[in-house]
Amino acid sequence: MKIRKNAFFISIITNILIPLGAVFLALIVGSIFLITAHVNPLNAYYLMFAASFGSLYGITETLVKATPLIIVGAGVCVAFRSGMVNIGGEGQIIVGAILTTFVALKLPSLPKIISVMILLLVGFVGGGIYGLIPGVLKAYLNINEILTTVMLNSIATQVLYLLLRGPMMDPLEKAFGTGYPQSSIITQSAWLTRFFQGKRLHTGIFIAIILAIAMYYLLWKTTIGYKMRAVGKNKNASRYGGINVERYMILSMLIAGGMAGIAGAVEVMGIHHRLLDGISAGYGFSGIVAALFGKLNPLGTIPASILFGSILFGADSLQRTVGIPAAMVYAIEGLVVVFAVSGEIISRKIASRNTEILTEDEK
Amino acid sequence: MMGNFFQTGVIVSIFSAGIRLATPYLLASIGEMLDQRSGVYNLGIEGIMLIGAFLSFYTSLKTGSLMLGILMAIIVGLLMGLLSAFINVTMKAEQGISGIGIYMFGFGLSGLLFRLTMGAIVTIDGFKSIPIPILSKMPYIGEIFFNQNWMVYLAFLLVPISYIVLFKTTFGLKIRSVGENPSAADSLGVSVEFIRYVCIIIGSVLAALAGAFLTIGQQKAIFVENISAGRGFIAIALVYFGRWQPTGVMIGSLLFSILDALQIRVQIANIGIPYEYAVMAPYIITIIVLVFVAQHRIGGSTALGKPFERCK
Repeated sequence: MKIRKNAFFISIITNILIPLGAVFLALIVGSIFLITAHVNPLNAYYLMFAASFGSLYGITETLVKATPLIIVGAGVCVAFRSGMVNIGGEGQIIVGAILTTFVALKLPSLPKIISVMILLLVGFVGGGIYGLIPGVLKAYLNINEILTTVMLNSIATQVLYLLLRGPMMDPLEKAFGTGYPQSSIITQSAWLTRFFQGKRLHTGIFIAIILAIAMYYLLWKTTIGYKMRAVGKNKNASRYGGINVERYMILSMLIAGGMAGIAGAVEVMGIHHRLLDGISAGYGFSGIVAALFGKLNPLGTIPASILFGSILFGADSLQRTVGIPAAMVYAIEGLVVVFAVSGEIISRKIASRNTEILTEDEK
Repeated sequence: MMGNFFQTGVIVSIFSAGIRLATPYLLASIGEMLDQRSGVYNLGIEGIMLIGAFLSFYTSLKTGSLMLGILMAIIVGLLMGLLSAFINVTMKAEQGISGIGIYMFGFGLSGLLFRLTMGAIVTIDGFKSIPIPILSKMPYIGEIFFNQNWMVYLAFLLVPISYIVLFKTTFGLKIRSVGENPSAADSLGVSVEFIRYVCIIIGSVLAALAGAFLTIGQQKAIFVENISAGRGFIAIALVYFGRWQPTGVMIGSLLFSILDALQIRVQIANIGIPYEYAVMAPYIITIIVLVFVAQHRIGGSTALGKPFERCK
């Protein structure tokens, strides 16, 4: 009985207190920057959270931002759990969004459900292929996937510019000579339904939650997921155990990339209804933060994404009202990552102490 | 126009720019090489470069002294190095992920400070070239190698210095032993943690100086957001390319910087290629280089990326 109580407290400490402590510490460090900028940090943070949760508009916008974070984050969980540090979310979102828009612009008018399903698949394929490249390079040539994904992010950004200033630019932009880098609007049957008049929250949030549950199921309730996690824990042991290590490394990158691609598709179908410059909006990085914050559990990614969605939206409104640049979010997110991975050692120490208690009790 | 392109004057200026542009790669990758020789990845150097680039620029702008800007970069490097070392060595964090955290922090902080303090692009005069007497008078060679600013000379001097430190001193032996077999080094009384702290801090100072070179190391110094544009990550790739050897790292840096110089020329020449291709080129080449060096990978520390746990 005592043991179970211990285990419960330990899970609270490692799963909730340490991540929250990381955010708390990051906000404290963030307040130093705010003070140097002559802004009262308490006031700024209050404004941030009031903006995110104080009105229906704030809540819907928080969820709008959380939607891509959940999808990217759930994919990141699969990759990280398989030992692949996928930093390529930005590029994978972009490629998914490009391919989705390309197909959507050619799509005949179909029932909404069918168009949406097709385009989600297209997004998955686009992002998945882009995730496959670093996956294959890592699995067969042992090339550091962090470097390749970072490079692929920059390449995707340039490809996006090229397409939006060239073949995919809206003919209207060309005709009026405004030249704004965006594509034409996609067919209305591919738009995700919005819940409220005048607010951007759309059915993508359900897609995100379903996908997160699916990723949880994949990782913990299927043989494939078991093998992926085994590969992530110990490659050599998995190989001796008869697992085709390379296959599962690549598969995890395909899934993670595909998920980011879906996030790109959802952004196109739910928010912008077209492809435009800056479509990935940093979600590729924030998704990693959300995944780490959710302890690399796709279900934990959901509340984590809502928290970071609120921080993203809060920072946006802070920029409008008090003039604090929204770039602060990256600094805070970076600190959250740093503190969260540093906090791991505390969880490990507590866990190892607990196993010692267990063995003593067993005696 | 192509004829114009191949005139000797143009070629000399491309190579001269190539030597100059090698500086940030060289500074950052020599530092990263030290980190990795001691067994630690520091994937956050891009972020450290960005903070170094901004704060050295801003300090120079406000004080009017470029040397104070350099001092600021060194302070940034020391502090960020201490932070990285604390996370990676003392807290034994997963190095890939903590590095991304440091990168995001540096990216966000430099952007935040830039917008808070300046918000617009300001130009100041950076370091001027110091022609080396006699040598700089040599035809072509003088212009290419001996008419650069002091940061360029420093970066190239670091190649022999880092070679001597790594392979001819006790300290270098300790660095390599800590990277190859930390347990053995530990049993012989070498402090694994101390050596790794020192290497990470030196690496971060060099990364911050690389950042400073991108701003005040230019004749017309400016700061724009994300000014390093992935050079920190490319520098890490160059360490693999150079197989953890100072000369190899230098060759890699030169390869990239000459490509950079060529790419800038092509953009200026405006021969009808969209500039996105030119911007993309270094990233694509980095991946190709990584593929190329992957087949014959030798020289990396055995304990690279593994936090040291003393056996109980």
